[in-house]
Amino acid sequence: MKPTDASSTGRLSRRDFFKGLGTTAVAAAAAQAESVAQELQKLNAEKVLGPGPVPVTLKVNGKTHRLELEPRVTLLDALRNHLGLTGPKEGCDRAACGACTVWLDGVAIYACQKLAIDAQGHEITTVEGLTPDGRLTPVQQAFVERDALQCGYCTPGFVMSVSALLRKKPKPTVDDVLHACAGNVCRCGTHPRVLEAALIAAGVRPVSMTRTEVISHV
Amino acid sequence: MSEWPAQPKVLGTRVPRVDGPAKVTGQARYTSDVQLEGLLIGMILRSKWPAARILRINLDKARKMPGIKAAVAVQDGPRIVRYYGEELAAVAGVSRQACEDALRAIEIEAEPLPFVVREEDARKPDAPRVWEQAPNAPPPRVQETGNVDAAFAECAAVIEGFYTTAVQLHHPMETHGCTVLWNDEGITAWASTQGISSVRDGLAGALRVDQSKVRVITEHMGGGFGSKFGPGVEGILAARLAREAGAPVKLMLSRFEEALAVGNRPSSFQRIKLGAKADGTLHAFEYENYGTAGVGAGQATEGGGGGADLPMPYIYRVPNRRIKQTTVAINAGSARAFRAPGHPVASFGMESAMDDLAVKLGMDPLELRIKNDPSEIRQREYRIGAERFGWKEKYRKPGSSPGPVKVGVGVASATWGGGGSRRTQGEVQINPDGSVEVRLGVQDIGTGTRTVAAVVAAEVLGLKPEQITVKFGDTRFPPGPGSGGSVTSPSVAPTVFDACTRALEQLQKQTGVPDARGENWRAACKKLGVTPLVVQGQWREGLSSSGVGGVQFAEVAVDTETGLVTVKKIVVVQDCGLVVDPLTAESQVNGGVIMGIGFALYEERVMDWQTGVVLNPNYETYKLPGLADVPEIDIVLLNMPERGVIGLGEPVHIPTAAAIANAVANALGVRVPSLPITPRKVLAALGKIPAPKSSAA
Repeated sequence: MKPTDASSTGRLSRRDFFKGLGTTAVAAAAAQAESVAQELQKLNAEKVLGPGPVPVTLKVNGKTHRLELEPRVTLLDALRNHLGLTGPKEGCDRAACGACTVWLDGVAIYACQKLAIDAQGHEITTVEGLTPDGRLTPVQQAFVERDALQCGYCTPGFVMSVSALLRKKPKPTVDDVLHACAGNVCRCGTHPRVLEAALIAAGVRPVSMTRTEVISHV
Repeated sequence: MSEWPAQPKVLGTRVPRVDGPAKVTGQARYTSDVQLEGLLIGMILRSKWPAARILRINLDKARKMPGIKAAVAVQDGPRIVRYYGEELAAVAGVSRQACEDALRAIEIEAEPLPFVVREEDARKPDAPRVWEQAPNAPPPRVQETGNVDAAFAECAAVIEGFYTTAVQLHHPMETHGCTVLWNDEGITAWASTQGISSVRDGLAGALRVDQSKVRVITEHMGGGFGSKFGPGVEGILAARLAREAGAPVKLMLSRFEEALAVGNRPSSFQRIKLGAKADGTLHAFEYENYGTAGVGAGQATEGGGGGADLPMPYIYRVPNRRIKQTTVAINAGSARAFRAPGHPVASFGMESAMDDLAVKLGMDPLELRIKNDPSEIRQREYRIGAERFGWKEKYRKPGSSPGPVKVGVGVASATWGGGGSRRTQGEVQINPDGSVEVRLGVQDIGTGTRTVAAVVAAEVLGLKPEQITVKFGDTRFPPGPGSGGSVTSPSVAPTVFDACTRALEQLQKQTGVPDARGENWRAACKKLGVTPLVVQGQWREGLSSSGVGGVQFAEVAVDTETGLVTVKKIVVVQDCGLVVDPLTAESQVNGGVIMGIGFALYEERVMDWQTGVVLNPNYETYKLPGLADVPEIDIVLLNMPERGVIGLGEPVHIPTAAAIANAVANALGVRVPSLPITPRKVLAALGKIPAPKSSAA
C-alpha cells in the first residue's frame, strides 16, 4: 500500500465518521467506505504473488540473478537449489542451527527464515562472497590453523557469524564472540576452537579455553 | 616393537586438517550439496500413528500433482507400522514445494493400534505389545560369579542406588540422506554415510543389483556418530524413486525426521547394589538394568549395535557379582550405535555408585578408584590428572561448599578398544611430476582421517602433508572399514604406511635413485617417464594396537536456587598410542567432552505417552551445548609411539557425563541420579520442589 493511501484512509477518524453520520449523509460515509474497500481490493490484487513462480531478482555476492521462484521458496532454498551455492547449509530449516547463516546488507541472518522474494533489493553475501580472489580471509585462516572445524557442516555458518562480528567490532571480547555465535549449533564439538579462532583473527590474544600437553610414555 | 620412525619429521606435529580450506570456504561438497542435471527432490511420508495397521496406500493423486515424477510405497499390501515417523511412502518432484504438496495428496487407509512409549508402562503385563509374537520385556539375561549374597554380608559398606539415563539422539548437522543416479551403468549414490561399503552392499541387496553396479561416493559428510552405516530406508527409497522417475533424486531428511527414525542411544534404568571391605576393596555387586532401544536394534534397522545391554561393572573388578539385563520394546524409532555404544551409560551408573560408596566409606573417591582400578595406564592417568586438576586442593566433603552457588568436583574413567581393521587396503599413485595421490575406500566423517593419511604418506616419502592428495570416499578405491569403533585411523595409518613404503622402494628400484625422499623426490619421479607408479598396500601388523584407558575430572558450579549446573573445567587424560596429529586429536577430545556435557545436562528425547509422538524433534527443544556452555578443557595425551596408532574418537566421550554427575553430587551433598541433570531434578533432589512422579520421564 502506498503511504498516501494509508494516510487518506487514516484520516477518516471515528469522530469524523460520526460527525458525518450526524449531519448530512450516511450515504456519503457509505460511499467513502465503499471506495476505500475498492481501493484496498485493487491494491491487494496487485500485491498477491503466486502460488506459481514469480520473477525474483537477487543480488548475491555482487552479482545479480534473475530467477523464477514460487513465493514460498526461502532464500536458503534459492541459494542452494536454484543458484547452486554450497556455502550456506541446511541444518534445521527453522532458525535453530545457524548452518545457513548469510549476510543481508552485512548483517548475519538465517537464510532459511527469509523468503527469497523478501530478500530482493538487498545485498546478500554468502561464504563464497568472502573470498572473491580465492584467498582465505583472516577468519578462515584462523579457523584452519586452530582446527575450528571437524565435519565442517556448521563451519560456513560460524565463519559468517564471526566475520559479521569482526566487521562491526574489530576487537571483540570473549562475550562478544559467544553472543555472536549463540545462534550457531555444532555437533562435533568445535566450540572452544571457534572462540580461539575468532579472537586470533581479530588479533586479540585468546584466553585459551583449552590447553594440551602430549606427554611421552616413560 | 613399532615400525614407526624413531625420529619422525611429520608424525606428531600439529598439521592443520588438509580439507580445512575447502570446508571454511563452503567449497567442500557434501551429499546435500550434490547438484546434477535434472535432479529431483525426494521426500518421505511418515506414519502419524505410533502403531497402526496400514490397509491401503493410494498414490494416484500424488502422482498427478504438478511437478511430481515418481511416487512409491515402502511396501505393497497391508502392513503394520510400529512408531510415529515410520516410513510409508515417498515422492520425487522438481522442487521441495511440489513434494510437500504431493505428500498431502497421498491417501492412507489405516487402523490405529494400541501403543506404548514409556519404558515402565511397556514392562507391565497388560501393556500393548510392540511385537505381537513377543513380550515387550523378555526375561533378563543373568550372569553370576562368586557368592553374591554371602559377599554382601562380608562388606563393611553397602550402597544401593537407582541410576537412569535418557534416550539421546545423534543429531548430526548434516541429516541422513542420499543422492542417487540410476542409469544403464548402474547406481551411483552420494551418501551421507560412515560406511561407503556397507551402503553399497545395502543398496545392492535391497534393489537386487550386482555390487559391481553400485558406486557409493562420500566426499565429505556432516557427522554420523554411529547412526549412518547403512543406506537406510531413505537411501533405498531415493534409489527406487530415481529408477521410477528415470532421473537422479536427492532425498535428505529434515531435522524433524532425524529425531524419529534414524537412531538413538537406548535409555537405562540401572539398579545397583555395591559393597566393599573396610579398606575400600570392592567385594560384591548386584545389578539390574533395563533400557529401551525403541522397536529394536541392530542390522535390521541399518544401525548395527545399539542394544541396551551394558558392560558392567565397567572398568572395575568385583569378585562376587550378579548381573541381570533386559531390553524393553516401545513404539519408538530403533536405537543405533552411538559413540561408544553402552559405555557412557555404563560409566554413569558404575561411577555414580562408586562415589556413593566412597561417601559411605568416608573415602576420597579418587582413592577408591586407585584402590580398585586394575589398569596400569589409568593408574598413571589418575596421578597425572589429579595433579593437573588440583584434586587435593579442590576436593571437599560432599555438600560442604558454602553459599547458594556450590562448587564440586568429580572423576570418572573409561576403557575402549580402537584397533584397526586387518582387511584395509589402499593404493598410492606417484606421478612423473612428483605429485602423490593416496586412495582408500574409507570416509572422513570429520575426525581428520584424511589428514592422518597425508601425514603418514608425507612421513614415509619425505614430503610435506600438503604435497599429498588424499582421495577417500569412493567404493572404486581399495576397500576399508566403516568409520565406527574408533577403527579408522588405526586401519588407515598402517595401510598408507605399507603402500607408501612399497611405492618408495619400487620408485627407487625403477629409477635407480638410492634415496628418492625429500629433495631428491622430483628428480626421481621425473625418471618415471610418462607412466605413473601405482602401488597397492594393505594393513600390516606392528603399526597399531588397541585398548585404551582414559580418566576425566570435572569441576562444576550448581546454583541451588535455580538448579542450574555450569561446568567450569574438564581435565582429560587419555592414551591413544602414537599421536599422529595432536591438533586434530585434540579436536576429537573437545568433541567427546562437549557431547558428554550434552548427555550429562541437556539431551533427552521426550515422548508423549498419550499420543506417542516425539515432543522435541528439533534443535530448539532438544538442547545441545552451545559456545557459552563450554568450559575450559585441559587435555593431556599420553604419547606411546611403541604401541602404534589407536583410535580416539569414542573413549574421550565416555567418562565426561559420569564425572560431571559426580561433581554435581559432590557440590550438593545429595545425588541427582538421573541424566540429564536438569534444574528441575536438581531442585527436586534438594527437596525444594516435589520429585517428579516417574524417575524416567
